[in-house]
Amino acid sequence: MDVGIVGYGTQIPRYRIKVEEIAKVWGADAKSFKKGLNLNEKSVPAPDEDCATLAVNASRNALKRACINAMEIGAVYVGSESHPYAVKPTGTILAEALGICPYVHTADFEFACKAGTEAMFVALNLVKAGAMKYAIGVGSDTSQGAPGDALEYSAAAGAAAYVMGANNLVAELVDTHCFMTDTPDFWRREHASYPEHGGRFTGEPAYQKHVSGAVKAMLYKANMKPEDFNYIVFHQPNGKFPVREAFRLGFKEPQFKHGLLTPTLGNTYSGSSPLGLAATLDIAKPEELILLISYGSGAGSDAFIFKTTKRLPEVRDKAPLVRKQLDEYKMYLEYGTYAKFRRKILKPE
Amino acid sequence: MKVAKHWREIPERYRLEAAKCKKCNHICFPNRLICPECGAKEFETIRLSGDGKLVTFTIIRTAPIGFGDLVPYAVGVIELNEGVKLLAQIVDCNPDDLKIGDKLVAKFRRINEESKTGMIMYGYKFVPDQGI
Amino acid sequence: MRDVAIIGTGLIKWGELWEKSLRDLAVEASLNCFKDAGINKVDTISIGCMLGGIFNGQEHLASLIPDYLGQKHVPAMRLESACASGGLAVRTAFLEVASGMADYALAVGVEKMTDVSGGEATYGLAAAADQDYEAFHGITFPGLYALMAKSHINRYGTTREQLADVAVKNHHNGALNSMAQFPFAITREQVLSSVMIADPLRLMDCSPITDGAAAVMLTTVENARKLKKHPVVVISGIGLASDTIAISQRRDICKLDAVEIAAQRALKMAGKTIKDINFAEVHDCFTISEIMVMEALGIVKPGQGGPATSAGLTALDGKFPINTSGGLKSKGHPVGATGVAQICEVVTQLRGTAGKRQLPNAKVGLTQNMGGSGGSCIIHIMEVKS
Repeated sequence: MDVGIVGYGTQIPRYRIKVEEIAKVWGADAKSFKKGLNLNEKSVPAPDEDCATLAVNASRNALKRACINAMEIGAVYVGSESHPYAVKPTGTILAEALGICPYVHTADFEFACKAGTEAMFVALNLVKAGAMKYAIGVGSDTSQGAPGDALEYSAAAGAAAYVMGANNLVAELVDTHCFMTDTPDFWRREHASYPEHGGRFTGEPAYQKHVSGAVKAMLYKANMKPEDFNYIVFHQPNGKFPVREAFRLGFKEPQFKHGLLTPTLGNTYSGSSPLGLAATLDIAKPEELILLISYGSGAGSDAFIFKTTKRLPEVRDKAPLVRKQLDEYKMYLEYGTYAKFRRKILKPE
Repeated sequence: MKVAKHWREIPERYRLEAAKCKKCNHICFPNRLICPECGAKEFETIRLSGDGKLVTFTIIRTAPIGFGDLVPYAVGVIELNEGVKLLAQIVDCNPDDLKIGDKLVAKFRRINEESKTGMIMYGYKFVPDQGI
Repeated sequence: MRDVAIIGTGLIKWGELWEKSLRDLAVEASLNCFKDAGINKVDTISIGCMLGGIFNGQEHLASLIPDYLGQKHVPAMRLESACASGGLAVRTAFLEVASGMADYALAVGVEKMTDVSGGEATYGLAAAADQDYEAFHGITFPGLYALMAKSHINRYGTTREQLADVAVKNHHNGALNSMAQFPFAITREQVLSSVMIADPLRLMDCSPITDGAAAVMLTTVENARKLKKHPVVVISGIGLASDTIAISQRRDICKLDAVEIAAQRALKMAGKTIKDINFAEVHDCFTISEIMVMEALGIVKPGQGGPATSAGLTALDGKFPINTSGGLKSKGHPVGATGVAQICEVVTQLRGTAGKRQLPNAKVGLTQNMGGSGGSCIIHIMEVKS
């Protein structure tokens, strides 16, 4: 059975903060951070936005493109590392907001930045197994970067939602693979406000090993070469890692430039590669091949090969485009308001 | 702790569910047992579009408990395309730029929380309709 | 129905009365009323109080007040209509006497607002709004009136200065009232430069948080005549009306239908038109409220409330004095007590004992007491009976 994406949708918060604004407060060298991370500004969620609100708004946009009877959705899965509750799923809030209760499966996904793609993988396979007609997989995050830490420049917010089905596809699923090990590059213990990470250990043994492992395994399984793809989307914690890795694995700039959002979005964690995929779908022509490689610390990568269809351009304009949200719909904050919005300021109870 | 009350309001807050009078087609939001126009007592449930325009608004600069982080924020009366009026916050904009008559669309947002460890209440807020 | 007269008024100085509890306030005002009436036992007690439960954890005032007032086993009831609770208590006392159920009826309004923090006070006051569809969204009381103000400004061109002039006029009058919370004059500039609360309303457009109480005693006109203590002031008309609780559901956001309809009812009962009324105590919880009430009562045409105020129509020496007491703005606004205190001022004017605030031509007075953002309104018309 052909399965794939029936509709996709995104939600990026309107607020932004520039690298210079953060660097100013910590007395850091903005220029070198911008160059080192290939990052200029990031999205900031308003105090009334969280993983659930972004997931709902993204999913509603996905349904606008899917044009389905939402009551036929059999499962919704939200992957995030900033679920609003530690116990009580984001998925139930999403399902109620979409109005598709009560005959819907849900449970929340967590795998650092690849929770979203795991949710997409499961949604695709539930449809493929014939267990349901449609399933939604969402990557959504409003992650925190510790004040003064390097990750503060990039920790951003955003969501991308995918309605998976077997009919009226905008992109067919060609194949999937994965590469996962137990690697302690980045984690957050329960009750800790901010994550901790292994510094330079997050590079080669973590991001690089799993992304390249997944790419190589996927290409081998599908019997394909880097040049076979029109587009590639990697997980993008900053603007440097995915570019370096892409070149190292034999890909070229025209392939990854549309899916590389981090320079003006930041790292949206579970939303990262799903949003990169959405931005690619926003501009891809029919019958083009996309390679999606996510990465989640802990660590693992999911690989997907999609092929766009004729239906994609027909429904694209039914919901907001990623580039429009990034380029045209933004308001800048200074650090004080940003710190207030992100609840970094100590207040009395 | 008012969990039951907040749960009861989910259809209105999450989905803008309203009640349409079967007799005179008047739409009540929130829903009611008695139509305020014709007195009839039978309704069908409909979902409002969330598209509308700004009838009037104010900018709150002294906020009630729980809303301090948003100050200054705009709250206004919005008339939806279905003719229904409701009160809600207008966000994702500079409140000083708002004008009576602005086109707005509804978004799903966090309204408040009972406490840092308590229940989170979600619902509708409006943003300027920029066609994006 | 029997004709009803007001034979006693009782007031205490209003303000932040840290040393007085809810029951203290009610008892003190009531005792002053007993003294003024020359009566020390009543047949019923009607209590106006909005937030006894939310602010003081105290319901069951129908037991507490007669108990502490030394009125053993006297029947009592509490009336609640948000900020119109006081007016409602007076109307209830009127009905008791008019129907023959009681000969002497006490109406006391009371509110103790300063035992809670500012934030808790705001929360409590929001109970007068639609809790689930207004307060839930983060609107405050000033915010609700600000919505009306913005529409009024947009439609009629009412100016910020005209709004400020309401506060200036009321403070001018309040400076002559020793019972007022803020008995001092203010200037237009002070209003316009005070901190913004909810655009366009500033701090000095808003009535304060106040502890206070007020009481009136009612009996038949026959009994009043026998007492020979004061000129006989009768309640000749009462009108009560409700409107939608949520401001978004009002017919017209620039109008106060509850006020208009209550006024029509009161005037009809009194056999009068607005032209027969000399002066009024109105519910200026916010400066815009007084302007909109003037229009709803028909004192001026719609949209003319602002210009008329600035031109002095409603000043102490104007053609139609409004809020000679200082209004809610200067006198204070202990929510449940306000409606009763308005009656006290009108009675004082009609008796000719208002001292520096005395109007030369006080013959027929009107009180307008309003709940929430205009969801309820009660109007009393009083005059001297020869």
